[in-house]
Amino acid sequence: MILLGAEIALYILIASMLLILVRLFIGPSLPDRIVALDLLAFNSLGITLLVIILTGKTAYLDIVIVISLVVFIATVAISKYLTKGGTYD
Amino acid sequence: MTEWLAFVAFIAGALFILISAIGLLRLPDLFMRMHASTKTTSMGFTLILIGVIVAFPTTGTVLKSLLIIIFIYLTTPLGTHMVGKSGHLLGIKQWRHAVRDDMKKKTTPKQ
Repeated sequence: MILLGAEIALYILIASMLLILVRLFIGPSLPDRIVALDLLAFNSLGITLLVIILTGKTAYLDIVIVISLVVFIATVAISKYLTKGGTYD
Repeated sequence: MTEWLAFVAFIAGALFILISAIGLLRLPDLFMRMHASTKTTSMGFTLILIGVIVAFPTTGTVLKSLLIIIFIYLTTPLGTHMVGKSGHLLGIKQWRHAVRDDMKKKTTPKQ
């Protein structure tokens, strides 16, 4: 039952990744694309979790920890880069 | 029993992620799209992690999963806040039916 649920969730995640890719291509501004890339990274993390379920290798959880760190740093860095480091003050 | 719990957690998390992807595609504005995108990180990803905890209830897996959940709940508001602030500073317009803009006072120079 767990494996069946993981497979169905895998197909749903792939469909949502396709929808996010459409927004990544047609996004009118750069922050739209940043949001889409953030969502794409979290979708791939979800796929990694489902691969943990399907294969039984729990060592892959370290990948999820590291990529969630890197995604946060990347989002903050790109949004600081777009405003050239400026703030409202 | 635990198998059914993991099944429901996986399906519900995946449906949350699908709903947020549809919202990202259909909503008309950057800020509304950010509102849709938080559903993936807060609900969908956390539900899939809870499914992993239920499926593999060993000590290392549970500790790592709880660490990931705490870390995500601490950092994603910061990232979303930075994206929204930079988008507002770049001059991205709101939807034409938007009612108010509280940040407008801070961007216009004082007279």
